[in-house]
Amino acid sequence: MRKGSEEIMLMKGNEAIAHAAIRCGCDGYFGYPITPQSEVMETLMELEPWNTTGMVVLQAESEVASINMVYGAAGCGKKVMTSSSSPGVSLMQEGISYMAGAELPGVIVNVMRGGPGLGTIQPSQADYFQAVKGGGHGDYKMPTLAPASVQEMADLTVLAFDLAFKYLTPTMLLADGIIGQMMEKVVLPPYQPRLTEDEIRAKYPWATLGKPHGKKPNHITSLELLSEDMENLNKRLQARYRTLEKEEVRFEEIACEDADYVFVAFGISARVCQKAVEIARSEGIKAGLLRPITLYPFPVEKIKELSNRVKGFTVIELSAGQMVEDVRLAVNGKVPVEFYGRMGGVVPSPNEAFNALKEKLIQ
Amino acid sequence: MNNMNITDIVNPANLVYKKNSVLNDLPMHYCPGCSHGVVHKLLGDIIEELNIQEQTIGVAPVGCAVFAYKYLDIDWQQAAHGRAPALATAIKRLLPDRYVFTYQGDGDLAAIGTAETLHACNRGENIVIIYINNGIYGMTGGQMAPTTLLGMKSTTSPKGRMYERDGNPLDMPKLLAELDGVCYVTRQAVHTVGAVKKCRRAIKKAFEYSALNKGTSIVEVVSTCNSGWKMTPDFANRWMVENMFSKYPLGDIKDTIQA
Amino acid sequence: MTEEIIIAGFGGQGVLSMGKILAYSGLVQGKEVSWIPSYGPEQRGGTSNVTVILSDDRISSPVLNTYDTAITLNQPSLDRFESLVKPGGTLIFDGNGLSRMPSRKDINIYQINATEYSISHNATKTMNMLILGGLLKVKPIIEVDNVLSGLKKMLPERHHHLLPMNEQAIKAGMKLIQVFTV
Repeated sequence: MRKGSEEIMLMKGNEAIAHAAIRCGCDGYFGYPITPQSEVMETLMELEPWNTTGMVVLQAESEVASINMVYGAAGCGKKVMTSSSSPGVSLMQEGISYMAGAELPGVIVNVMRGGPGLGTIQPSQADYFQAVKGGGHGDYKMPTLAPASVQEMADLTVLAFDLAFKYLTPTMLLADGIIGQMMEKVVLPPYQPRLTEDEIRAKYPWATLGKPHGKKPNHITSLELLSEDMENLNKRLQARYRTLEKEEVRFEEIACEDADYVFVAFGISARVCQKAVEIARSEGIKAGLLRPITLYPFPVEKIKELSNRVKGFTVIELSAGQMVEDVRLAVNGKVPVEFYGRMGGVVPSPNEAFNALKEKLIQ
Repeated sequence: MNNMNITDIVNPANLVYKKNSVLNDLPMHYCPGCSHGVVHKLLGDIIEELNIQEQTIGVAPVGCAVFAYKYLDIDWQQAAHGRAPALATAIKRLLPDRYVFTYQGDGDLAAIGTAETLHACNRGENIVIIYINNGIYGMTGGQMAPTTLLGMKSTTSPKGRMYERDGNPLDMPKLLAELDGVCYVTRQAVHTVGAVKKCRRAIKKAFEYSALNKGTSIVEVVSTCNSGWKMTPDFANRWMVENMFSKYPLGDIKDTIQA
Repeated sequence: MTEEIIIAGFGGQGVLSMGKILAYSGLVQGKEVSWIPSYGPEQRGGTSNVTVILSDDRISSPVLNTYDTAITLNQPSLDRFESLVKPGGTLIFDGNGLSRMPSRKDINIYQINATEYSISHNATKTMNMLILGGLLKVKPIIEVDNVLSGLKKMLPERHHHLLPMNEQAIKAGMKLIQVFTV
């Protein structure tokens, strides 16, 4: 199918990530199989990008190895990624913290499943805290993007790389089992060539590609034994996070202009709430939906602004209530913020979301 | 000779030995008597001799050699504990014409990084692994390592390592030599001039092999840790010869290229 | 137009691929589509289901409470999804091995004995295409030509010689489906 010059394809969210990665000039993928995201690596292996763009795809022995391969390649200024699901992403936290400390760009995809522990393979959003509050040790933040459609799985993969390199930070695509497994229409991003080594040297002079003659060597490290030096590194990171918070907030508003009540939800929950908004409107309740696309940085200002003109918020998540804490911080007591969630892999239905709004907030 | 003054001595014409240019002019943080400094020097020698300073990327471990990147004038990455072979894998895969080596201790390679080491070797990554085995955790103050000898005392085995509790010392190179992905495994030491010369040849061979794309090369250097062992440097060397070498005998374990 | 469909049966009955063909056909017909499988161990012999939505508008929730059409290929699926068909909606069921028949009076119910037919015609591989034919007969949401184009898009080229066989099965299914009276 063609729409203009763009080809419309039908594929799973996980497959869209693989296609988008190849197209945006990704240099390497390192991963370990885990449901519900194994299609990312399977698709890459099927597409054999090493024959076309030269992208390296390698199945690692563990998620620990995967994230450290990402570290190694990112240290060479390469555009690299890994993908996993919740238990695997827990294993990666050490590596993510090291990447944050070493100021290395890279994309980590988490197609969340229900936990804790081995949990379930069904969808979940219970890794919100882990993603946006810093899942590993030390003071760091990680830009976190929440796709709500197959199209966004592709688009936000590209954006994740852009943010990772702009802010020299690991960046997460935080999806869930449904967005990963569902098929929808998608227009894939245009092809961008991979950077040449000369381009990498020019753009990322810190990259360890081999020390040019007469130049100082590059060191990729997160180690500073002197407290003052380590504090300075932290200050640099924090300054970068403040810029991120100012410049990179992204969200979508649906029917918020005249809304009395606003759902706040991301990923699959936002899709469910979109239908709940339709149900509410059909019953004469002016409901809207605010869908954060960046979970970090969080749309604090937008929520503050809405809290001046709406009667309340209902937060819907596939968890016991994680993002709701950030919504409450932003609303700061101005209007009620209610929560409804399902856990362990259960997805609330649009009716459940609507009933939560009606019963908890309106009554 | 008696009438030579300082100017005569530093006269380039009288030069008999020169530090290689890859080794930085920095005082090392290693304890006096430690083997690390010698191995660093050998690495510098070989990188200079092979003229690969601009093509070499080192991966430093967590352990005493965590600051290895300060001492050799090449590009370096510093890895999380045990993960150096994973970093090296990715670097070499993305930059196949570079020389990539890891520099790891026995805690790093044989304990926390066993999986990364074994799988990098099993995939036959064309990298060099320099493995410093001193039978103890030096950096953290002398705890038991997977390589600590039976009966050997450490801060976490104050009465000596016990087989019943701690198992036997782990001989990783012997184990890794079993893998088809590995082309060269050798065990060396740097406690005598002769040993240093042999070790130098082994490291050089490992770097040359890594350019042949025939698999992983591993050079173990059985080393002393006089601080951790609580011995004088001289006594530590003798103790190593008498105790370590029977468990970790020196020499080539595998060489598929020369064979 | 929005059509929300659930297809449910045993793993191996071609439930997921029937949904996929429907989704691809919708794509060919220029519709918005979504396809969500129940993924996991069900794929290996348990009960499996797939939700397909075809719409002229942007699809909001791919997860649904109720369905316009339910297609059930075994007893557990019939038991689970009969009650979730919207009043006035459609239920299509395969009668094979059922001990309890559908009982709702406020929906349109059709029976298609595709399992029996495909076994007797030695064509179990195209059983799901019989059912798809039945669906298209009672709910002509997609043109048959677009289904065939969708199938062609979905199948790797090495399987394109199987297309005529599938087309025949769709046509046979259109004849096989019958109104079921409670």
